[in-house]
Formats: sequence, structure tokens, C-alpha cells
Amino acid sequence: MKSREYQQIDPKALPTPSQSPPPHQHLAVGGDGRKEPMTARRKWEVFPGKNRFFCDGRIMMARQSGVFPLTLGLILVTSGLFFIFDCPFLVKHLTRCIPAVGGALFVFVLITLLQTSFTDPGILPRATPEEAADIERQIDDTGNTSYRPPPRTKEVLINQQVIKLKYCFTCKMFRPPRTSHCSLCDNCVERFDHHCPWVGNCVGKRNYRFFYSFIVSLSLLTAFIFGCVTTHLALRANGGKGLIFALQESPGSAVELAICFFSVWSILGLSGFHTYLVASNLTTNEDIKGSWSGKSGDAVTNPYSHKNIFINCCSVLCAPMPPSLIDRRGFLPADEPARASGADLELPNPNTKSDRNVCVQGPKGLLESAALTPLLATSCPQGKPQTALPCPESISALNSDPSLELSQRCGGTHHNSKTYGSTSPPLPTKSRLHKHKQASSHTPSPTSDDHLTPSSHDGNHRSAARGHRGAKFATLQ
Amino acid sequence: MAETHSLQDLQQPAVSSKVFIQRDYSSGTICKFQTKFPSELESRMDKQQFEETMQTLNNLYAEAEKLGGKSYLEGCLACLTAYTVFLCMETHYEKVLKKIARYIKDQNEKIYAPRGLLLTDPIERGLRVVEITIFEDRSIGSGR
Repeated sequence: MKSREYQQIDPKALPTPSQSPPPHQHLAVGGDGRKEPMTARRKWEVFPGKNRFFCDGRIMMARQSGVFPLTLGLILVTSGLFFIFDCPFLVKHLTRCIPAVGGALFVFVLITLLQTSFTDPGILPRATPEEAADIERQIDDTGNTSYRPPPRTKEVLINQQVIKLKYCFTCKMFRPPRTSHCSLCDNCVERFDHHCPWVGNCVGKRNYRFFYSFIVSLSLLTAFIFGCVTTHLALRANGGKGLIFALQESPGSAVELAICFFSVWSILGLSGFHTYLVASNLTTNEDIKGSWSGKSGDAVTNPYSHKNIFINCCSVLCAPMPPSLIDRRGFLPADEPARASGADLELPNPNTKSDRNVCVQGPKGLLESAALTPLLATSCPQGKPQTALPCPESISALNSDPSLELSQRCGGTHHNSKTYGSTSPPLPTKSRLHKHKQASSHTPSPTSDDHLTPSSHDGNHRSAARGHRGAKFATLQ
Repeated sequence: MAETHSLQDLQQPAVSSKVFIQRDYSSGTICKFQTKFPSELESRMDKQQFEETMQTLNNLYAEAEKLGGKSYLEGCLACLTAYTVFLCMETHYEKVLKKIARYIKDQNEKIYAPRGLLLTDPIERGLRVVEITIFEDRSIGSGR
């Protein structure tokens, strides 16, 4: 009888064997009629991360689009003004190549921007319950599965370097090397570089080349427009009428000049920074944390570098395009009778329980914890995902503003990452102090790594949840 | 409800357990799986056959991720076309993934299914693990 009861629960609670957990699936069914064949749904509809999907799963972005509309708007406006105000004059006085070059750059910038924003950055699908249970079994040989197990790490040797692989409590797996969990998107992303609010998406293994092309071509475009506008105004002013008159005649140019002047430095700086990263086969995440800079005192070198700039560049930018692992447009199989063991059910429970318990501690972490528990609940077979669902959205809405604010204040995050990353110490752990909030707002902490370890043994880390800018959180080590 | 119980019992394959072969990161981030023979399979198949399967899979993934003249050319061409070529063309990696899928299907038919085992293509698990499902000997349908 008991085994039958387990079987009765399983199909509802546990996802079908080959999928990542579809919490919404049984929500939709409402607990009845689990035997009814449901209309075929695609996997993106039940994707557990915080992403938005368009065009039936073909396009995806982070849920918080950040300042992506602003980026797009600025590019369109500046380029539009350029073609309207400057090109006619320059074509007449100089050459027809100018709008051609400008047009080509503009198209290239737009395409690479859209590709960066809409491509899967290299999200790792969450572990299936069986995998998670298998890993738990391997780790917890002592049998102590309840309450806050100590942080789980696994060591591997890569090119004579000892690398620690951390266990991701949200995705329930050991993260591969160079993978980090993005708090904003709530996904583990391979070769995680950073979460870019300007493009509204994470930058990771699959879209780094698009991102790099975007910033390089954008710096070329900005410099090009800046040069053309300056030439245009100079030519106009040279007629003896002065700069003011020139600006009055071509007001659009003034706007372009302002936009380009303020942005060209940061974009050029960013391009330079990323060129350095590409040449040394580093990610922003690693650079900021100083993983390979030998701060620990040992002679650590980047184990992933090919020790040759050309090969590094090629491997980052010209490597075979990896496939998307999340299979957004695949169909969810119809409910199958579940696997045998009810054991799968037991293991996730203590985690949710213990996390819920710990969530209650610490008022600081409360907001983030509240956000986290629904996430955990949805990824666990049990549970009341329904009640929890509204929370992440409100929390993220709450949190998106501060992080936006900060990012705008920091004026071009990546640029800051370059300047500040080196000055601020990587991520003092476990501190939730307000002063740290301020300091970390300038450290574009990739957060990720540590943030979402809800089970971290303090409640502290919880605070690392949202702002990728590290706006509020301490990142763990 | 009672009806659904019995329906369920009838439909359920007698799965006894699953073995997960984890990734081997000793060579870096490339896709490579451990070739160590799991103890749960000892009673079912040869160690050598298993290792051969895993080695072939590892070689195929290495081929997919290989940096060489062809991949550089593909990368440069893609860059020049603002990566729009990816929308029309099947990438090298995808071609090799299809090869891998065919290989796994072939292995399942020839070697694993007769022993009541089933290899799951790692791509369905996000290239995290190779999942081997062990079916009970007693099940009449011999697995799925």
C-alpha cells in the first residue's frame, strides 16, 4: 500500500525522467487528472530559471531587462541623428563612403547586440532529482542530510592546479570549472563572465563572442560618429561663422557629440579590458576575484590558458559554437509513471525545510530568503510553489531598482569593473554590513558563484542574492 | 482512483536504479566523462566494453570541440557575417552531436539493451552526466 501511495505522488511531484523539473506542470493540472494527456508544452514554458522567452522559445533574455532598452535607444537615436544631420553634409563635402561605413558598422552593432541579448549564454540545466539524489548519496556518507550540511566542494586537478568545484544548491550539482550561478537569472552559466544589464542578459560561454564583437564594433561606431560629427562641425564653423552657429544649424550634432563624448571612453576602455581578457583566456569573474593572480601566495597560473595569445584568442572567439543545453523548444513528454523510489522525495525535503528554517533567521536576509525559498520550492518536488510564486517577481522588482540605480551611478559597469575590481579586495565574505554594500556597489561582483547557495551556513550569504553588481551582497568564497 | 493505480502499475517499467557517470575535469573544461567502471554494472557487462564506449564518446566530444583550422575558418566566417551564418548553417558541434546520438543508439541496440541497460545521451542531461538506467531482470518487457 505504501509503495502505491508513493507511486501516486511521484508523477505529480517528480518531473518526467528526462526533464528538468517542471513545477508549473502540475500546477496547471491542479492536482487532478494527472493521467490526462496534457497539450504538448515546450520546455521553455516550465524553465525554472528567471528568464523570459519570446517567439515560442526561440529568443530568451534575463527577466530583468536592465537597461537594454536604453542601450538600444541610445544606439538607434545616435545613429539616426548621424544619418539625418551629418551624412548629407559630409557626403556633399567629403565622400560617399561615410554613410556606407557608418551604415555597415551600425548594422553590425545592432546584430551583435541582439545576438548577445537573445542567445542562451550557456545555461546549465538543473540536475534531475535522480542525479541530485545520487550526488547527495555520494557526499553524505555520514548520513547527515538534514540542516545545513557544510559547504560542499570537490577538488580536481587541472593542468597541475587544484581547482575547487563548488556545489550549487539551487541547481543541485557540482558546478563545472569556470561556471558560476547568476543571481539575477538564477541559472548556472558556463564560463560565466558577468551579467550585463546593458544587454539584459548574462555573458557566458555561448554569447561571449557576440558580446566582444558588440563592444568592439560599438567602440568603432562611437569613435567613427564622434570623428564625423567633429569634422562636420569644424567644416561648418570654418565658414567663418563660428561653432555656435554650426551647432544651431545642426542641433542633432550637438546631441550626438554629447552622447559620443561621454560614452566613447568607457566603451573603449571596456573593449580594451575584454581584449586583455580574451588574450589571456580569463573571464571577468576570475579577473575580479583574482583567481589566478597569485594573491594567495602560491604561484598560480591560469590553467585554462594556452600560453599563447593567438591560440587564446582563437579558442575564445573562434572555437566551435557549443550547443544550447537547455533545449528550449523541445516538447515536454507526457506524464510517465514515475520511477520507483520514494527516496527521491525524501532527500530534497530536508533541504527545503532547513532552508525555510534558516530563512526565518536574520531579518537582513529575509527579503532574499523569501525570494529564494520559492525558487527552492519550485525546484523541489514538494511544495507550495503556487503561493510562493508571486514573491520572486515582487522581490526582483524591488531589487531591480536599486541595482539599476547603482549601475547607472557606476556609469558603465564594466568599465568600473576594470578600475574598481583591482582596487577592492575580492569579496569580503560573510559581511552584510551597510558599508560593505557601498563598497561592493562598485565591485561588479560576479556574485554568482556564491550568491545563491541558500544553504550556506550563515544566513548571511542569502543577502548575496540579487544584484549582480554586488550591490548588496557579500559574495562567498 | 483505484483504476489509475492499476493502470500505473501496468505501465510502469521495472526500473531498478540509475547510474550516473560524472564528468572528468582533469583536462580542463572540455567535455569528457569518467571512464571508471561503476560497481553497479559489474554483474551486467564487461568492463572493457564499457570503457570502450566511454572512450569513444570522449573522443567524439573532443572532435566536436577541437580547435583547428576548420573551426577557426568557421569562426572567422561567422564573425564577418555578424554571426548570422549560425542561423542558416548547422555548426560543426551540432554535426558531431548527431553522430554521437547515432553512436549511442547503436550501442544501446547492440550492447546495452540485451543486458537490460539503457544509455541516455548526455546532451539530454545538459552534458553533465551519462545516465545508465538499469532495468530489473524480472520485468517482462525487458525495459522500455
